[in-house]
Amino acid sequence: MSGWKVFGSRAKRLEDPALLTGQGRFVDDIILPEMVHAAFVRSPHGHAKILGIDKEAALSIAGVYGVFTLEDLRPFLNNERLVVGLPSPSYKQELDRPALADDEVVYVGEPVAIVVADTRYIAEDAAAMVDVDYDILPAVSDCRAALEEGAPLAHSSSPHNILAQFDMGYGAVDSVFESASHKFSESMWQHRGGSQSIECRGAVSIYDPVEELVTLYSATQAAHTAKNILIDMLGLNETQIRVIIPDVGGGFGPKLVFYQEDVSVVLAAKILGRPVKWAEDRREHFISTTQERDQFWEVEIAVDDDGKILGLRGSMIHDHGAYTARGINLAFNSALIVSLPYDVPCYYMDVVLALTNKVPVTPVRGAGHPQGIFVMERLLDRAARELGIDRAEIRRRNLIPSEELPYTKGLKTRGDAPVVLDSGDYLACMEDAMERIDFVGFPERQEQALKEGRYIGVGLANYVKGTGRGPFETVTVRIGPSGKIMVYSGAAAMGQSTRTMLTQIVAEHLGGDMNNIEVVTGDSSVVAMGIGGSASRQTVTAGSSALLAAQEVRDKALKVAAHILEASEEDLEIEGGEIRVKGVPDLKVELGTVAHAVAGTPGFALPGGIEPGMESTQNFMIDDLTFVNGTAAVEVEVDPETGKVSFLKYVIVHDCGTVVNPMIVDGQVVGGTAHGIGNTLFEWMGYDETAQPITTNFAEYLLVSAPEMPHVELGHMESPTPLNPLGVKGVGECGVVPAPAAIISAVENALSPFEISIGQVPLRPPEIVEKIQDFKAANSQAG
Amino acid sequence: MGESRKISLSVNGKTYEEEVEVRFTLADFLRQQLGLTGTHLGCEHGVCGACTILLNGRSARSCLMLAVQADGQEITTIEGIAPSEDEMHPLQEAFRDNHGLQCGFCTPGMLTTLIEFLGDNPDPTEQEVREAISGNLCRCTGYQGIVAAALDAAQRLREANGA
Amino acid sequence: MKPPPFSYHDPSSVGEVISLLGELENPKLLAGGQSLMPMLNMRYVMPDHVIDLNKVEGLSYIEENGGTISIGGMTRQRELEYSDVIRAKCPLMYDALLQVGHRQTRNRGTIGGSLSHLDPAAELPTVCAAHDATILVQGPNGEREIPFPDFPVAYMTPATEMDELLTGVKIQAWSDGHGYAFVEFARRHGDFAITSAAAMLEVGGDGGITRASLTVGGVSAAPIRMNEIEQALIGQAGDEEKFRELCESCREIDALGDVYASSEYRQHLATVMSRRALVKAYDRATGKA
Repeated sequence: MSGWKVFGSRAKRLEDPALLTGQGRFVDDIILPEMVHAAFVRSPHGHAKILGIDKEAALSIAGVYGVFTLEDLRPFLNNERLVVGLPSPSYKQELDRPALADDEVVYVGEPVAIVVADTRYIAEDAAAMVDVDYDILPAVSDCRAALEEGAPLAHSSSPHNILAQFDMGYGAVDSVFESASHKFSESMWQHRGGSQSIECRGAVSIYDPVEELVTLYSATQAAHTAKNILIDMLGLNETQIRVIIPDVGGGFGPKLVFYQEDVSVVLAAKILGRPVKWAEDRREHFISTTQERDQFWEVEIAVDDDGKILGLRGSMIHDHGAYTARGINLAFNSALIVSLPYDVPCYYMDVVLALTNKVPVTPVRGAGHPQGIFVMERLLDRAARELGIDRAEIRRRNLIPSEELPYTKGLKTRGDAPVVLDSGDYLACMEDAMERIDFVGFPERQEQALKEGRYIGVGLANYVKGTGRGPFETVTVRIGPSGKIMVYSGAAAMGQSTRTMLTQIVAEHLGGDMNNIEVVTGDSSVVAMGIGGSASRQTVTAGSSALLAAQEVRDKALKVAAHILEASEEDLEIEGGEIRVKGVPDLKVELGTVAHAVAGTPGFALPGGIEPGMESTQNFMIDDLTFVNGTAAVEVEVDPETGKVSFLKYVIVHDCGTVVNPMIVDGQVVGGTAHGIGNTLFEWMGYDETAQPITTNFAEYLLVSAPEMPHVELGHMESPTPLNPLGVKGVGECGVVPAPAAIISAVENALSPFEISIGQVPLRPPEIVEKIQDFKAANSQAG
Repeated sequence: MGESRKISLSVNGKTYEEEVEVRFTLADFLRQQLGLTGTHLGCEHGVCGACTILLNGRSARSCLMLAVQADGQEITTIEGIAPSEDEMHPLQEAFRDNHGLQCGFCTPGMLTTLIEFLGDNPDPTEQEVREAISGNLCRCTGYQGIVAAALDAAQRLREANGA
Repeated sequence: MKPPPFSYHDPSSVGEVISLLGELENPKLLAGGQSLMPMLNMRYVMPDHVIDLNKVEGLSYIEENGGTISIGGMTRQRELEYSDVIRAKCPLMYDALLQVGHRQTRNRGTIGGSLSHLDPAAELPTVCAAHDATILVQGPNGEREIPFPDFPVAYMTPATEMDELLTGVKIQAWSDGHGYAFVEFARRHGDFAITSAAAMLEVGGDGGITRASLTVGGVSAAPIRMNEIEQALIGQAGDEEKFRELCESCREIDALGDVYASSEYRQHLATVMSRRALVKAYDRATGKA
């Protein structure tokens, strides 16, 4: 990496000065003349028929401009439904959300009407006065119960509660299990909550009747997706809608989804002829923003006497919620990832996505991968315990060795491409993590602690995760006559430092001055196509396109400069805002001059027969995921009297290929780890049996706070991927993925004197105490 | 418009006289009426801490105060922390240098809280910093960069004060 | 989540507050706002009138006179936390305050607000129960004193009448050198306790306990004094096993249960927190901690 100007350096973030001085512009910060404010009337019931809606009382409140239901929006809708599901042959039913509830509500929080008023205060007053006549129907809350004979139907018009069903696998699973000497089965409940970005969702829409132009500012992770859905729903053409993403206060997955509120706000602005703002509040976020929730796994592993894995099989029931807001991808990810880091000769997983009367489920940071990794790691711990093999040793015997990479798994991605583990050294990662936490010396420490009455434990978990999902992300690099370098991309920023990342990549090839580069992302008007921020993909996809575009612009600039300076291209270098002859710094031309030379003067030919414009647009095509890998190693202390789990040490060693900015990579990994710790020990999105959410504020739903969060020690390996020109892999989700498996392993280890096994996430203090009490009760009876 | 009152207050050293609805929270008043949108609302029930401002130098949740209660008081928001337009406060510099922010949404509350805390405790331990920001939720950073920034800022401030 | 409409009143004297309470329909008193404001924002409460106490004179003080500590109802938790009087004369309260909320909420939250809100998991009511505090209340007929045991009448319901204002608290200091401990279990730092225990012990020269106070918070509808344990502690030395045995009776407490913590779990925690509080208090009384 030596000799690089800015690429690979801990460059300070370009995003920071505005955000540190209160000059950021988040969607709720947008204040426009004549702007009015929206609130939503939402279903208070998990499942009900709507018999009627009386808006009169609400409309009579001073300052209220309108109350709109689906019936009011219908004349403006080309398509009443949000058709967003990713394709899959496994769907048994297509259940797309209506723009607003039609005659049946299927989850608490489902928007029924949009109320627009002078202030949000008045809008809330009025929303409370909209009288919706509901006929309450039986609701289904638990996804297992949903599949039982005679269960209430989540949608009264559905034939059953199965949204989709699929299986995947390879090898002769049945015969292998028949002959295997050791088989261990486990039941697991895995739950993850919502994204709980500190900024909730939000939208501001403006309708310009002169240009017939809809502008939507949205706290979304995908501007072009939003644009395309609006084109479909409103019957507009591509020039009639512009979606702009302002600063976004965290996304973590659910902001990737297009929502009913987005289209409702757009139409309210059109109907009223005034800008309309909706800023989601926290309670709305809890009940109407998508979440991950429950998976129930029944799994079995077969191993030989040495702990070598012979096969793995099982089934999983996945809570899909009431509608398809993204697809089957979350459950698919979970099932796909289970076996990946290890040599698993045969594998089979059967998955059912069950409909429930709850807000739709879509990916949250990690996107199903922590669950799949948890399954594998828990089964390995179980096998190790049963066979009396050290937990690290059983992993050592089964991890895919680096010399076998690239390694083709017997599984296909959702796009039907083979799963190929591209680069890395999984075993070295694990050994490094073990060394950092002194895994080998731990039993002695544990024994000593036990003598003092302290219960400490160590756990470790290996993971891989596919990142950089394609097929592409557009980047345009352009030098303008001002000499400024502009970078435009369909990528979306929500805190991952996208601007700094793209700037470092482009600056490296165009003079090294990061301050001379302006990045515009998240604006559907600047590039024709875009996919946005998800699946730890943007450094891979947009980063690669940015590199290629910057290199092409560089080549072009040097060619023009060579013409102007009458020098050979090979003798030129770009330094700051200038192109100069190496060793003759006075012989130079400014980037702006070079750009001007190809901007076109009427009647004059361009120099050197060069194409017009100092710019390049690139769509680097990505077919295959690039797999990051790593190991988390965790030491905890458990207070058996209260069930409290405290961290003594948290190590994560990871490999995300080439690093663009180590500071940012560290931040992503630690942040992801915090999310994983939250999922494992604190966060629980609860519903009662009528599908009524019972954790709808931050006092009931616990995010990890600073005192509970350990200092995370990081170790890095850098195995560049051959799959893209930068050698980079994604990193945004890495920290989350191994956390539940490693932490639960450590807790189980700490509580080994009580012979407790744990197959659930989250694990909360009362449950730990109960397990200990159960053990004591059983033992006192036996004794 | 509902019942309103005239209030006079100082925000970031500037005096404002404003008519405000009595039910408006201080946060909404600062953001919507004064246009000081650097103070963020993350939960509006006093848990996330993003809306923290300094009220007469003391950190307070601006979602848990009515604007009318700020009559006659001195408020400092994130917009008022830096000494000048070209210069950031040492705490802001330390946040940038230590990657103490990612999306930046919790940042206003972190900064205001830590300014008060570092005044109370100029030489804190890591654990004391963690407890000081226990009422400020961050979903991006895992707090590590924030804690490092606070400790770094404490040192810079001590050095600046000749300690 | 915005507050509903209401009329706002900011009286400057206790007398005015009492008059307003008598005149107005459906009023709510606004002290530090750390409990009322979230409830207003979430529209869990919908008062027609909000009476702001922040401009009322004479309600913010911490005084000590002959072993009696007097605290004004509008005294902020931060002022208590930083008060030399509290630290010296009521160290149990100081111990508790460090676990009350966060610095931003302590800057605004008041002792009177906390007592009036009377959340069973809140720390300050538990401290008042431990100290047999006297609650000072003013109403149309003048001032009256409510002994703390009579103060909670039901879940989150204090014995103040609708037209009365809690103006202060009186606490009797224990002897210098007494042992004290406020121990709680909360999921996160600063959260309301799932269960807390406040212990105070006076220990004689022979190591025997001469005076004991043990209060459990967060388990039942209001803080509960463990009178039988207190009596049994008299004459005991600081034997943890004995404390453990005595604290077992906390399993008998009529406990709240919800989806976050069952009644059995709270009862179990009560035994643990009580024992730990007693051990720590005893160690402090005997100079071991």
